[in-house]
Amino acid sequence: MALDWQVFCQDTIDRTVVPGCFGTGGPTGTETYLDWLLQAWGQTALVAALSLVVALVAGALIGTMRTLPASPWLTRIGNWWVELFRNIPLLVQIFLWYHVVPVVFPAFADTPKLALVVAGLGLFTSARIAEQVRAGIQSLPRGQRYAGMALGFTTAQTYRYVLLPMAFRIIVPPLTSETMNILKNSSIAFAVSITELTFYAQQVGEETARGIEVYLAVTGLYIVSAFAVNRVMAFIEKRARVPGFVASTGGGH
Amino acid sequence: MLGLDFSFFTAEVFRGYILQGMYFSFALTAVATLGGILFGTVLALMRLSGVKALELPAAVYVNGMRSIPLLMVLLWFFLMVPLITGRPIGAETSAVITFIAFEAAYFSEIVRAGIQSIPRGQVYAGQALGMSYAQNMRLVILPQAFRNMIPVFLTQTIILFQDTSLVYIITAHDMLHGFTVAGNNLSHPRESYILAAVFYFVICFTLSWLVKRLQQKIAIIR
Repeated sequence: MALDWQVFCQDTIDRTVVPGCFGTGGPTGTETYLDWLLQAWGQTALVAALSLVVALVAGALIGTMRTLPASPWLTRIGNWWVELFRNIPLLVQIFLWYHVVPVVFPAFADTPKLALVVAGLGLFTSARIAEQVRAGIQSLPRGQRYAGMALGFTTAQTYRYVLLPMAFRIIVPPLTSETMNILKNSSIAFAVSITELTFYAQQVGEETARGIEVYLAVTGLYIVSAFAVNRVMAFIEKRARVPGFVASTGGGH
Repeated sequence: MLGLDFSFFTAEVFRGYILQGMYFSFALTAVATLGGILFGTVLALMRLSGVKALELPAAVYVNGMRSIPLLMVLLWFFLMVPLITGRPIGAETSAVITFIAFEAAYFSEIVRAGIQSIPRGQVYAGQALGMSYAQNMRLVILPQAFRNMIPVFLTQTIILFQDTSLVYIITAHDMLHGFTVAGNNLSHPRESYILAAVFYFVICFTLSWLVKRLQQKIAIIR
């Protein structure tokens, strides 16, 4: 079966091959499937990046809450949060954000659908990150907390200067896989017609009848993106490492 | 409250719309778990075999699968494979194939970690008894490794059960599909989505609670 990669050089409207493969853009210019592919890649990256920010902020907050000493209610709320967002499938959560929230809560009636998807994917992932933050903080020797107290730090200061800086370094490896997960899970935005890579694959595959080439290209971009995330996180891990400290969870050499 | 009305959801609606999809979701989870563990073990053994010709394809397969969204794999098997082979395979069949192929990659990583967690002394003990590689694996390493892996297997199965909701997208008749149809036909789509969330939550929460209990039990035995 012969592959015909020229499909990406075609204009998306009149299907003629555009020289140089990139369209001229603008309202009257040409736009090729390659242009669209790159835009779709951008949408995937955008959904993933925004969701990651939401997930990191919410996850760090909830995860920290669950380790606070002498605050059983905050701990309980944190635990409920994790159980709630972890035990409902992502697709169902996205449907709740997209179909239910804007109608039931009129305040969200005009929220753009990208924001709804980001909220869904972000909070779903926040439960997983909260779990890792909690594990990271609890894996620290108890003496670290006492050391903070002995220096006269308040609880907030102990977390800010002693516990969190260490905990976040320890959890970089699991955060790497969560970041890759968020990138892959962003494909779910397809279910509410955000024009990201999976949507592009399905739509353009049908439109051009060159499905194999389109799917191969999209799959390739996903693999490239996952690899890129992996490398960036490895770089962060290396840069953030505390000299002489071997993470207790790593069991390294 | 909030303009929602759940009174439409009767036992009749549950039997008529949900039960069959629920059965499919459970069956898909079971088949994919068993198939995934089976092929995952094969992949893990290939990667640990020390033979380059076996290691490399297994590593490429596992790492490749793990960097593609499940949704893409589903669409590949549902839309593209029939195009290549020239024969349509139904949504349900392609869902089963996808999940086994996809989960095998994830289970193989669990099995690999499980095998590597067995102390080297066990391997040497088997060798000292004159066991072949296959005998050593089958009689000494794998039984211990699988026992250690049971909680992780079960956790992965719960994640897998949640992931089966994705087959909704290729219009397979799973539990989520049942709720969507019920909601549309009885014109309570929003309530139906909320009920779907409640059902999934109760099932997954109960299962993960059971896994936690089991984990404590296994820990005591050890």
